[in-house]
Amino acid sequence: MNFKRVVGLVPTFRSSCPTSAGTFHELRKVKGTSKLMMLVPLFHLKFLDGIRSARCRNFKWAALVCAASVSVALAGSAFAQQKTVKIGAILPLSGGAASAGEHTKAAIEVALDIINNAHAEFGNFPLAKNAGLAGLGGAKVEVVFGDSQGSPATGQNQALRLITEEKVAAMIGSYQSGITLTTSAIAERYGIPFINGESVAANLTERGFKWFFRTTPIASDIAKIDFDFLTDMKAAGIKTDTVAIVHDTTEYGVSVANVITSAFKEKGREIALDIPYAINATDVQSQILQLKEKKPDVVIMIAYTTDAILYQKTMQALDYKPTILMADDSGYSDPSFVKAVGKISLGVLNRSSWSIGPAGSPTALIADMYKKKTGYDMDDTTGRAMQAFFVLCDAIDRAGSTEPAKIQAALKATDLKPDQLMMGYKGIKFDEKGQNILASSLIIQLQDGENYVAVWPKGSSDKTPMLPYKGW
Amino acid sequence: MSSTLLQVIAGGLLLGAVYALFSSGLTLVWGMMNIVNFAHGDFVMLGMYVAFVVWTLFGAGPWAGAPLAVLVLATLGVVVYFALIRGIMKGPMLAQILGTFGLALLLRYSVFWWFGANFSSLPENLVGGTLEFAGLRIQASRLLAGAVALVVTLGLHFLLTRTALGSKMLAVAEDSTAAQLMGIRPDSMQAIAWAIAAGATGLAGALIATFFYIVPTVGETLGIVAFVTVSLGGFGSVPGALVAGLLIGVIESLSAYLIGAVYKDMVVYALFLGFLWFRPQGLMGRA
Repeated sequence: MNFKRVVGLVPTFRSSCPTSAGTFHELRKVKGTSKLMMLVPLFHLKFLDGIRSARCRNFKWAALVCAASVSVALAGSAFAQQKTVKIGAILPLSGGAASAGEHTKAAIEVALDIINNAHAEFGNFPLAKNAGLAGLGGAKVEVVFGDSQGSPATGQNQALRLITEEKVAAMIGSYQSGITLTTSAIAERYGIPFINGESVAANLTERGFKWFFRTTPIASDIAKIDFDFLTDMKAAGIKTDTVAIVHDTTEYGVSVANVITSAFKEKGREIALDIPYAINATDVQSQILQLKEKKPDVVIMIAYTTDAILYQKTMQALDYKPTILMADDSGYSDPSFVKAVGKISLGVLNRSSWSIGPAGSPTALIADMYKKKTGYDMDDTTGRAMQAFFVLCDAIDRAGSTEPAKIQAALKATDLKPDQLMMGYKGIKFDEKGQNILASSLIIQLQDGENYVAVWPKGSSDKTPMLPYKGW
Repeated sequence: MSSTLLQVIAGGLLLGAVYALFSSGLTLVWGMMNIVNFAHGDFVMLGMYVAFVVWTLFGAGPWAGAPLAVLVLATLGVVVYFALIRGIMKGPMLAQILGTFGLALLLRYSVFWWFGANFSSLPENLVGGTLEFAGLRIQASRLLAGAVALVVTLGLHFLLTRTALGSKMLAVAEDSTAAQLMGIRPDSMQAIAWAIAAGATGLAGALIATFFYIVPTVGETLGIVAFVTVSLGGFGSVPGALVAGLLIGVIESLSAYLIGAVYKDMVVYALFLGFLWFRPQGLMGRA
């Protein structure tokens, strides 16, 4: 953060008023833990140009801007200079998905602690043993966060800012598939490696990008595991004949729904009922009533947290329980979803690649650190994002350089084994499209309303599925 | 008529009543002083958080949370009026828009900073669970919100049309200089209007909290509906907001059920725009 630049804005009102949105993003960046961050959004308006046209007549506004710039600049420790590797992270830190964004941010900060400080207790877990990145002479990793506000356009602007102003060496993000779509396009244009650990829309790795890498299982993997699970349940005598999909109309919802539909069709099964809806609904009674009338055996829910909570509340209010309720991660994995409506969602199935593992293992240690930091249990979505961050840092470490092309080459050469990972993948190895070909996941179930437990496939789970769906 | 369709309509009516409930405060401020309160959705959000805090601290339901929310929000309304609105009303239109918009962000991110981005929820049976009669399932919490919406709307209407205070408020709304000559203080009338509007909004929030999720950004989701309800009902018309709310609720539910959930906003907004084309002042607004 250039201290001078911020102070330079202060002396005259004329220069403080046309403060660009970019400058405020910088202010947000240095805000660190400062409580002043609540002031910053005040100015984060697209209307700032409008203020200028009001000719700064209002002294109060100008004074407030100045005060905020000075204190925020002072709050940030702008002076520490050290060899660092800068990584840009774009997450939805405000807006409807802010809860997921904040959890991911916390997870990345835990990862930074593990990477930047010596953690002998992690054994052979990559990057943990010594402080900093050994390949770069112990350089520390620094993450610059950008807030997408849950909007693809804002995410894109943030990506541009992180690359051109912050000069990040590589990027990670951006939770919603629709936003990963735009942010990674900017990284591609500038030739900056972009890693994603949580967006599952199939087309993200079908764009012929050379700088985009993705570690998570994607829509087609999900479709396969859902299908195999249902086939297995059918063999166990549970009715799974008709399947309904409820999904939002975002990039993520549409992509996953389409892939599941076509994967089922290939195997000779039709989706009986497809219910798309617009995200952030104020009411979902009609959707539940449609389900109640058509009575599908299996309902697959693809929803972000806002709608997921509303669906569960409405199902209870209208007394609707399908035989099998399967969720696709996202909203249903959000720890605050479980806290808010876990008790009326008993038996909801979900997919996950996260499991805590035995005490003392790296995964258990990570889970502990994360819980200590946030007060929440680590969940699958957050874990997948954190895994991607480790993979990126490992590549930078092996590259021994912050040059984008070298990081890209190192990412391409990635070959991590299961014991080097925190997520339950069979490994990490990218194909020529940048997709991890060794990603895999389990079926988990919310049996007690508080914690998801692995229930399928048999070999890698300690509980059996509790069916039919119990609800409350 | 099938029982499902009846359930859809009943659900729509209750939803509409809730829309009306959280719109009444907005329509009052809009009608009284021609100020569009962009922070309205965030007032609802604050009401929800008051109910949530009351429940977490004392385990008390909306019986305690709602009156407290009214009190807190009414106080906030007065503070906001004197600290912000009175000043910006003299400024250009742009200042008014930015002022309440800034207030919205300030409130939203203050709550965000204090409570975090996490979703919360009140227990489902806080207001007597779900009632069942004639094959219909009605959530007691929604029924309560609907009933309160009726009472609040009638109460506000009565206040404005049948009491001396209401007449004074309307007088100020019509011509504040003339009202001043008649010995009415515009300042106190408008402060009262803000207190009532914010209080009603807080009440709405506390009741909605019993069946909706609670999150700092919930105001965004609810705010838009409030604006549509108010403009359909007619700017400044309290009964108009009730009718409009019920209409929107039923149309939304029916179109979501009959055509598809993804099309419901299209249907609602197409009808809304079409209606405004013929009657720009809204259902019961002054021309």
